[in-house]
Amino acid sequence: MAATAQQQQSTGTRVLRYREALNEALREEMLRDERVMLMGEDIGVFNGAFKVTAGLLEEFGEKRVRDTPISENTIVGMGVGAAMTGLRPVVELMTINFSLLALDQIVNSAAHIHYMFGGQVSVPLVIRMPQGAGHQLGPTHSHCLEALYLHVPGLLVAVPSTPADAKGLLKAAIRDDNPVIFIEHEYLYGQRGEVPDDDEHVVNFGEAVVRREGTDVTIVGISRMASTAEKAARILSEEHEIEAEVIDPRTLRPLDLDTILASVRKTNRCVIVEEGWPHGGVGANLAALVQEQAFDDLDAPVGRVTGADVPMPYAKNLEQIAYPHEPQVVQAVLATFRDL
Amino acid sequence: MADHPLPDPDVAREWLQTMMLIRRFEERAGEMYAKAKIGGFLHLAIGEEATIVGSARAMRDDDYLISTYRSHGHALVRGTSPNGVMAELFGRVDGVSKGRGGSMHMFDLERRFMGGYGIVGGNLPIAAGFGLASDYLGTSDATLCQFGDGASNQGTFGETMNLAALWKLPVVFMVTNNQFGMGTALERHSAVTDLQRKGEGFGVPGMECDGMDVLDTYHVTLEALRMAREERRPVLVEAITYRFRGHSMADPEEYRTKEQVAEWRKRDPILQWGDRLEAENVISAEEREEFDAEAIARVDEAVAFADDSPPPAPESLYDDVYVLGGQVRGWYSVDERSAGVHKGEDERALAKDGAVMPETDGRASTGEIPQQMTAALEAQEDE
Repeated sequence: MAATAQQQQSTGTRVLRYREALNEALREEMLRDERVMLMGEDIGVFNGAFKVTAGLLEEFGEKRVRDTPISENTIVGMGVGAAMTGLRPVVELMTINFSLLALDQIVNSAAHIHYMFGGQVSVPLVIRMPQGAGHQLGPTHSHCLEALYLHVPGLLVAVPSTPADAKGLLKAAIRDDNPVIFIEHEYLYGQRGEVPDDDEHVVNFGEAVVRREGTDVTIVGISRMASTAEKAARILSEEHEIEAEVIDPRTLRPLDLDTILASVRKTNRCVIVEEGWPHGGVGANLAALVQEQAFDDLDAPVGRVTGADVPMPYAKNLEQIAYPHEPQVVQAVLATFRDL
Repeated sequence: MADHPLPDPDVAREWLQTMMLIRRFEERAGEMYAKAKIGGFLHLAIGEEATIVGSARAMRDDDYLISTYRSHGHALVRGTSPNGVMAELFGRVDGVSKGRGGSMHMFDLERRFMGGYGIVGGNLPIAAGFGLASDYLGTSDATLCQFGDGASNQGTFGETMNLAALWKLPVVFMVTNNQFGMGTALERHSAVTDLQRKGEGFGVPGMECDGMDVLDTYHVTLEALRMAREERRPVLVEAITYRFRGHSMADPEEYRTKEQVAEWRKRDPILQWGDRLEAENVISAEEREEFDAEAIARVDEAVAFADDSPPPAPESLYDDVYVLGGQVRGWYSVDERSAGVHKGEDERALAKDGAVMPETDGRASTGEIPQQMTAALEAQEDE
């Protein structure tokens, strides 16, 4: 762990893994604000199921880093109560599938309390959870459910896809007074990326980033699919002479629709890539918004690439075809050019 | 009646007055519901006044109180203005929750009344969270969490008991056993009917009080709060009581007999306490009547206040969905404000012009009252 002084004097970057970037965000915010505390299953002695919280129990002690029993709904509810009365809890749920046990507290309590009590009290709570397929964890540990949380007014929803965004968005989430669903990705935990060497590196919600500039088609990638979209864009350029612009919204609530629309108005084509299910998905929602706002700019129907409409299978070959890879994205983009 | 000595006369009188206020408030709320001034569901606490007042009076000002969907009395006992509670029932802008919450979601941060919650058992983890914050911040505040016998069957009950005991949180969990989870009698919904014992396996000791006796409820809660505050451990208190009215106004009460209700009504907590105070010369019969007249007048004032309060402005529909200023930079920055092809920036103006939201007269638009509700209302009018 780099010393604070060293971080402040440098304006460079360091290469970190996604999980290390998250760990730094937690650590820095705990150092900055004593009200920040962590709760979750096996986040302390075990160092976290995915090692995001490694070393934090040792550094901050049992008061601020709390291993909990396996009681998701109650852990989140306690986070809500503690947030209402002066703390800034960060709750870790081991996977997004487990967050379904806490849906009552997430929706009926965390999301609604500020509104239903007339703004008298706020809920500065961050609920972290990883999602995603690829590790053969089968139908109860592998899903992508960001659309579920996107649906709920009162929540903020982050889906970072790089180490720098993971760190900057988590710091922003902890500092904000709204409840935040912070969705990490299991595949990304081990990925490396440049992270600004600055403990005030905060990434604002509602600001999409253009990962790759292009003129022919806009590809919007959600969570891990932002990187899948980038890889697909390289194939499109090399093999099909199509220059794709790749946009990572980074947060779904608030959503930076302006950046997406500006790109669509330039490229006149749009393909949305997500790992989650198609019905009522992020892409379904975004496609509706794009056609409402930019219908006259579109030269082709908005394309969607989604996870298969099935529970995630265990068998490796089935799992691999149940979520999108570069070839599907390339195909979907080519389809928007089919009639020209 | 347990044989506790009476408290100071002023205290004893105030308890009677507050119980009377809650009773009269609830009765008028029922009437206002029948007149369609109040919409949605309305859960009255008539019969449970001693449980409410006895337990809340054992609290310190800085302690937290958290309630259920039957939350009017808990707001009133903490000193929240009846005007604000009635205006909330009317769905008006001066309601404690600005007309956003309604009957089930009263709230008063200033008095540390931390809200009514509509999901059965949903408030238990939140109460433990208050306890966690008190512990973390090193204060001597304790939390009193109210819930019903029905909630003791929710998963959150066991989860919260375990966590509160494990982390030694200063929370008193009070199960208000009014004998029914909605229309299902205690012995039909809980294998263990001695509810105070349901925490034992989780490490939470139980106590019991006569929830029809304000003084017994006070003493037992006081001891439970002392244990929570000083010994740093949660306690489960069972208050045995009865609701004289249905679960909500939409309850034809087909699950219990009139004889059972009449039997419990003989133990009316307000009559019992008034009789004792009169017998022990703390108050006169005239004073008792005066107290009641004052309570009625106070509730009249609350109804008049609620009637005069305007409905929330249509353009305020999106207020307080988010805390603005941090990651939500304007109310417009979260898209999808309402149906229609617009981004939301103009929503306020559109609402003002009536283009998005039709103007209403501010009355609760309940539409047709379902038949079973009508039956329940008629049954109560017969009483």
